[in-house]
Amino acid sequence: MHPALASLALALAGVGALGAASDGFAALTTESARRLTAARDRPAMLRVTLETMDGTPEALPAPGQATVVEFIYTTCPEICQVAGSEMAQLRDRIAAAPLAGRVRLISLSFDPERDTPEQMARYGGWHGAGGWHWTVARPAPDDLPGLLAAYGVTVIPDRMGGYAHNTALHVVDRAGRLVAILDTDDLAGAEAALARALK
Amino acid sequence: MSARATRIVAAAALWLVALALRGPLEADPLTHVLVQLTMLGAAGWALAPLVALGRGDWNRGGWACLILAIAAMAIWMLPRSIDAALADPRWEAAKFVTLPFLVGLPLGLGWARAHPLLRAVLRAQCLSMLGVLAFLYTHAPLRLCNAYLVEDQQRLGLGFLALALALAAGWALPLFRASAVPSPRHKERLA
Repeated sequence: MHPALASLALALAGVGALGAASDGFAALTTESARRLTAARDRPAMLRVTLETMDGTPEALPAPGQATVVEFIYTTCPEICQVAGSEMAQLRDRIAAAPLAGRVRLISLSFDPERDTPEQMARYGGWHGAGGWHWTVARPAPDDLPGLLAAYGVTVIPDRMGGYAHNTALHVVDRAGRLVAILDTDDLAGAEAALARALK
Repeated sequence: MSARATRIVAAAALWLVALALRGPLEADPLTHVLVQLTMLGAAGWALAPLVALGRGDWNRGGWACLILAIAAMAIWMLPRSIDAALADPRWEAAKFVTLPFLVGLPLGLGWARAHPLLRAVLRAQCLSMLGVLAFLYTHAPLRLCNAYLVEDQQRLGLGFLALALALAAGWALPLFRASAVPSPRHKERLA
């Protein structure tokens, strides 16, 4: 084969492979890839029963409602507290029309060992999660790995006794499909995604 | 031991150590990227002189093999590929196959036949790419890999910078030798 032809063939194959590995050059990181996948494929989420801060069972995804899920651990010193106050702002937005009563907000603990209902209620109290629109809940320990995998959340120890994780708002529609993943401060984006999910 | 056997043993040793030390090497992005990936690439590079495939006309000037190596390297430069290797056993297996056979080996097969001018361009390109990576990894406010902490990401950035400086020194210093420097033009005219 002529060397120029061989080079051209390998260059085309290389660009093709690179495109396939990056969703058409759109997602270079795992985080952007999972956001793209949610928007494009709307994967069905695992159905589990959580335990809330009030000690009551809670179906995830919420039946008949859109759900916003945010993974947290309540002993987190920084980012989960910021996320909590942003979730409170989101709660205020969805409490108003046209979303009122149609959206369930869940701060979901990935540290069910330490996050007992009492501890979750404390976190809920700090941020004003009353249980009506927004609750704090934990999964059964056996359900946790499947939940993290389904939502695409990676939790790693931060070497200070806590965890680092990819924090985001996960919007699940009434059919239980993950339809959008947004930054925790993107409240307008979350509202728009909820409106689309409830259409 | 023959030169051939030495190369095979060296490649196997690099590959096996990279595999055996998977746990500790992959626990830190600095050693994952700069030590383990380099070892796997070096294993393939060591085998290159033993492979007759690269001597065909299709690889004249080394272009075809260098293009293949650069494309495969580009895929392993995506942060999501590093995450995938940690999360998905298929990606991890692909890492142990593609880095020796689609990066290190073709790099060796291409480099051996590349014109000195092309080698110089690739060296310069390598240094500037490492500089860009160093800046990106030390300054990105977000985590590029979900599997690693932001402070580890910044250390990897400093590692890219150190590697760039070491390679620049290693490639530039031989050029200061008297025998490496062409004689100045005016001397030729005077002669």
